[in-house]
Amino acid sequence: MRRGFPVWAVYALGFVPAVVAFGGGLAGTTGPDPIRALEQTLGLWALRFLLAALCVTPLRRFFGVNLLRYRRALGLLCFYYASLHLLAFIGLDHSFDWAEITREILKRPYAFIGMACLLLLIPLAATSSNAMIKRLGAKNWTRLHRLVYPAALLAAAHFIFAVKSWPLEPLLYAGAAVALLAARLAPKRRPSLEQPHEA
Amino acid sequence: MLIRVGTDLPIASSEITPRSLWLRRRDFLGAGAALGLGLTGVARAASPYSTDEKPNSRADITGYNNFYEFGTDKSDPAAKAGRLKTKPWTLRIDGLVDKPADYALEDFLKPFSTEERIYRMRCVEGWSMVIPWLGFPLAEAIKRAQPQASARYVAFETLVRPEEMPGQRSFPRIIPWPYREGLRLDEAMHPLTILATGLYGEPLPNQNGAPLRLVVPWKYGFKGIKSIVRMTLVAEQPKTSWNMIAPDEYGFFANVNPEVDHPRWSQATERRIGEGGLFAKRRPTLMFNGYESVASLYSGMDLRANF
Ligand code: HEM
Repeated sequence: MRRGFPVWAVYALGFVPAVVAFGGGLAGTTGPDPIRALEQTLGLWALRFLLAALCVTPLRRFFGVNLLRYRRALGLLCFYYASLHLLAFIGLDHSFDWAEITREILKRPYAFIGMACLLLLIPLAATSSNAMIKRLGAKNWTRLHRLVYPAALLAAAHFIFAVKSWPLEPLLYAGAAVALLAARLAPKRRPSLEQPHEA
Repeated sequence: MLIRVGTDLPIASSEITPRSLWLRRRDFLGAGAALGLGLTGVARAASPYSTDEKPNSRADITGYNNFYEFGTDKSDPAAKAGRLKTKPWTLRIDGLVDKPADYALEDFLKPFSTEERIYRMRCVEGWSMVIPWLGFPLAEAIKRAQPQASARYVAFETLVRPEEMPGQRSFPRIIPWPYREGLRLDEAMHPLTILATGLYGEPLPNQNGAPLRLVVPWKYGFKGIKSIVRMTLVAEQPKTSWNMIAPDEYGFFANVNPEVDHPRWSQATERRIGEGGLFAKRRPTLMFNGYESVASLYSGMDLRANF
């Protein structure tokens, strides 16, 4: 048996913010506009899990910390939160007024960007199982899952576009997303001294 | 109970009237009149400008604010405005007036008697509240300053005091301080436009713009500049903060208009705060926030271009 923090506990803990936000909304402890509070909490955690999943590779490469076994859970939590976030938008914020919802998503840059992000996350969530990795083959699977990079940038942009003016918080998240992607551009191996000089 | 409601003492009504009673006093008064009880000493009649919609709770009105001088979160003002010192307070009235002055606030307020105005407040972000303000018509203050014939607009400024207003120290700068607003003179002189000094029968809490703020109920909430230190009568349309930050999103007029969308969100509907909890339904937004009488101020104007 493997030791350490079990993966199921990541899921269990991962859903705590959603349960707290929804329960708080029902109980009336999340402020005067509980719908918006819930919507924002779900969106924020979707972004956080996305960034957390993106931390796994740099942590391993640069710090030798291996959290690979939690990466799928983090990615799926991002997807679940993004879906709940959209569901809150559709069901609570706009009471299933489909005409209005369609109009909003097509017309508003922030919502359009959010939708684009979610559309990228769907194939990733759908191919997250071991069976799907086998079926696609490791190479194709890896290539497909590079969609997480544009998804991260879209999620960060969505946050920036969703708020008024330029407050710090969305900019910090965007900075983190860019830094996590940039970390992947670092050369794979240290250039070794044995390599012949090209001159 | 009826007798308590009718008390007319020179102390804050909140000191003698439990809030729940205060909220329902209109019903009592109505019932009393209907029964022919002939109550005497009843507080002044409700202003004809007031809505009879149910006001939001004091907790909602004082706990959910956009006042970026104290932070961008809606809970920031309630949490952080406590340190703002509103005494002493100086109000400057200048520009194209015959009587410019720097007033100590008490002196400025002395000639005016406040009355309650229960107004709808529609935020540009798509939510609304009903707020029982205490205030007096801005027109009275302007008349006292004796505007010159060339004055066509009023420009307002909020206090800048970063030591007491943490939002003014924040990076990146959210707003080029001071916060600025403005009205055309005819808008400023409209009887619906008030300077508020209180709410729920008590002095204005800091987070709501103490000690003196503007309330223009047919415009989006951001026009209601808070903690005013300066009013200047000018000839040209003054610069206003949100218009300076994002001119395509926030116009000078900022009249509530369900047909003119904000580029980021629809203005066709709004959510009334404190109504229905997690399953609240949006309600349609009304032209001029339901204050149709102001339409004549804008006759002949293209309200899509002048949003
Ligand atoms: C169709 C898809 C989406 C729609 C319609 C949507 C809609 C919204 C709305 C209405 C808000 C709240 C704006 C406000 O403050 O009033 C919001 C905020 C936010 N959304 Fe989305 N969203 C979508 C997808 C996503 C996705 C995929 C993510 C992340 C992976 C995301 C992350 C966020 C974040 C971080 C916020 C800001 C929360 C805050 O203000 O604290 N959204 N979104």
